Amino acid sequence: MYSFEPSEEQKMLIDTVSRFAHSNLRPASHDADEEGQMPLSLIKKGWELGVLQASTPEAYGGFGEHSSVNGILAAEEMAWGDLAGTLAVMAPGLFVVPILLAGSEEQKNEYLPPVVEGDWSPYTAAIIEQQYDYDPNELRTNATLDGDYLIITGEKSYVPFANEAKTMLVFASLQKQTQGFIVPNGLSGINIGERQKLLGINALPVFPVKFDEVRIPLANRLGGINGHDFSPILASYWLATSAMALGVSKAALEYAIDYAKDRDVFGMKVAQKQSIAFMLAEMATEIEAIRTLTWEAAWMLDTGKEDAYKEAYMAHTGAADMAMMVTDRALQILGGHGYIREHPVEKWMREGRSFSLLVGMTII
Amino acid sequence: MIEFETPKPISQQSYVLKTVAENMMRPVSRYFDEHEHEIPWDYINFMHMAMKATGAGSLAPKEAPKKDAEGKERPRIGYQMLAFMLEMLSWGDVGIYLCTPGGGLGAAAVQSNGTPDQNAKFLTRFGEEKPAFGAMAMTESQAGSDTSAIRTTAVLDKEMNQWILNGEKIFVTGGQKSLLEGNGLVVVWATIDPSAGRAGMRPFVVEAGTPGIKVTKLEHKMGIRASDTASLVLQDCHLPFENILGNPEVLQEKTTTGFKGAMATFDATRPLIGATAVGVARATLELLKELLAKEGINIRYGLPRQKLTNIEREVIDMEVMLRSAWLLVIKAVWMADNGKSNSLEASMSKVRGGDVVTKITQRAIEIMGPIGYSQDLLLEKWFRDAKISDIYEGTGQINRLIVARNILGYSGRDLR
Repeated sequence: MYSFEPSEEQKMLIDTVSRFAHSNLRPASHDADEEGQMPLSLIKKGWELGVLQASTPEAYGGFGEHSSVNGILAAEEMAWGDLAGTLAVMAPGLFVVPILLAGSEEQKNEYLPPVVEGDWSPYTAAIIEQQYDYDPNELRTNATLDGDYLIITGEKSYVPFANEAKTMLVFASLQKQTQGFIVPNGLSGINIGERQKLLGINALPVFPVKFDEVRIPLANRLGGINGHDFSPILASYWLATSAMALGVSKAALEYAIDYAKDRDVFGMKVAQKQSIAFMLAEMATEIEAIRTLTWEAAWMLDTGKEDAYKEAYMAHTGAADMAMMVTDRALQILGGHGYIREHPVEKWMREGRSFSLLVGMTII
Repeated sequence: MIEFETPKPISQQSYVLKTVAENMMRPVSRYFDEHEHEIPWDYINFMHMAMKATGAGSLAPKEAPKKDAEGKERPRIGYQMLAFMLEMLSWGDVGIYLCTPGGGLGAAAVQSNGTPDQNAKFLTRFGEEKPAFGAMAMTESQAGSDTSAIRTTAVLDKEMNQWILNGEKIFVTGGQKSLLEGNGLVVVWATIDPSAGRAGMRPFVVEAGTPGIKVTKLEHKMGIRASDTASLVLQDCHLPFENILGNPEVLQEKTTTGFKGAMATFDATRPLIGATAVGVARATLELLKELLAKEGINIRYGLPRQKLTNIEREVIDMEVMLRSAWLLVIKAVWMADNGKSNSLEASMSKVRGGDVVTKITQRAIEIMGPIGYSQDLLLEKWFRDAKISDIYEGTGQINRLIVARNILGYSGRDLR
């Protein structure tokens, strides 16, 4: 059957997250971006909503089953409030979700409960690399086997909370395959650089991390000695960015609509001009279309459909384009006022550019 | 619960229709494209027989929900079935699909505007022995998007208790077959009060064989050439009083019920046009990928944009456009099946469908260069067939207007 109606449980989830996004995230959004910091109390509050916990089985400290559909519903709502705040709240998921999807039973039992059961704590993952053609499937950070150990060498970029994280997942290329590795912070050879300054998501602290022949035991390979399949993790990265792209785009569309209905021009409201009205119509249509694609991809991943990976990739690609188009137009509709940082549209446009390239920044 | 599982009845229907498309449509696509006003009777007769046997086909299904083995009500999927059917037949050949017998837009108009008695009276003909066709006549040479500018008049002769219609309609899809091939009908929109604009518009059923209506022209079109696009002239065309669709009491007043009825018809059919657009787009994209594969070009999904070749990037963009356009159609018809008001989604799916099929067919030929431009392949025909999708049953611009009004909370007066 086809159905576009969230279940009662899903509606409750959406509602809970939405209220947090409205009441807590959005009001803090502007200042957080200006100051480059999201208040820790806010991040902790977001964590307490239980989105990640609801997507983790009881056996590992959570109270639900992993669901990509639930994940994207929550992620869209939260990102509507503030993208950097959402990335911060969900950062521990960068460590948890890949282990949940691909870790061995021992790894799940050892690493998940302390993170999932506790307060928000900065766990993270290092995957993005500072290359123009960064490709999660062809990483330049390498892992080589050395007896009972693995040696990791390379440079990572955009690692959230790297300066504070006790443990991180590091993705590297082992025998030409992308594999994850559990790496405690502070090991010899790990060098965390200065906080990076970006076009957007300024409130999220991200760092370059150098790995200079860092040694870890073989058992720290995700999935155990024989490793794991990376594709469900990559598909989940794609879905997460698609969902957040939808949230940011929806925020921008709503703001542009409100402004256009209020703004007087040539004796009428600017929304009554066809060129503006058509821009808004196209923005709304594009968001709705990409949302249905993202929903289908998430459902396919949850139900183990063969083409789930491909569809998640399509959703990612479509969402990246959509977010750039929608946020750019939203700024345009506000004209000169859109260019001023007092209004959030220029911030959303800066965020709108991120979704095509920050694959691995977040996961659901 | 959010779900994307294709229901079994639809998969089964798709299987059958794909066979129809491959065997009864594609092999004769080029023939009927070149012989513009010939009628694809083999297809028509086959579909008539098949639809009678299965009860399928009306553009506005209103079947009662069936119960399953445990007595629970099955989910309604009538509009969804239609969308999948139209998509697959259009994947075959959209021009030939438009020759499918049955009520078409005419029956949809009857169902949206008529009383139960009128439904019974006018629609049973489509299930009879011989195929019959339904059409809707709205457009006039000076009135396209602005339907309220129609000038065809309907005057009530109180003594004879008959309507007398005068005027000229153009661009009537299936107009010739409805009146001249079988026992069909055309729903003609006329005004009972020219000074009243929209408020004077009413739908009238003109049955095949009625004197006073003539087919005066068949258009030569860019594409969908298998479908007859007719001009009709009504000259003192007398109709029984009961042939005005709707409740008689309401009919005498100045009311926009008529106009709204037209719009309601379109709400139902808009996603279905989106579906036909998707069908043509899918045919194009599938052929493009086959042709590229023959050249050793395969699409590598999962790569970052920087590593994709230009062609890979174009094809992936087309796949995204196509799938998301189709899912919008499904959402719109799912809403219709579940009794949810779907005016916004219906218009969105028409905007996107028209846009996507235009872009995909244009890019596909560009990519295939001289090969794409040649009549050796059906690609150039699909380019021609595609364009109408963004025009008939509400242009992409009108539909953007409807979407905009909806999201802005504006009336037609607020946003022109």
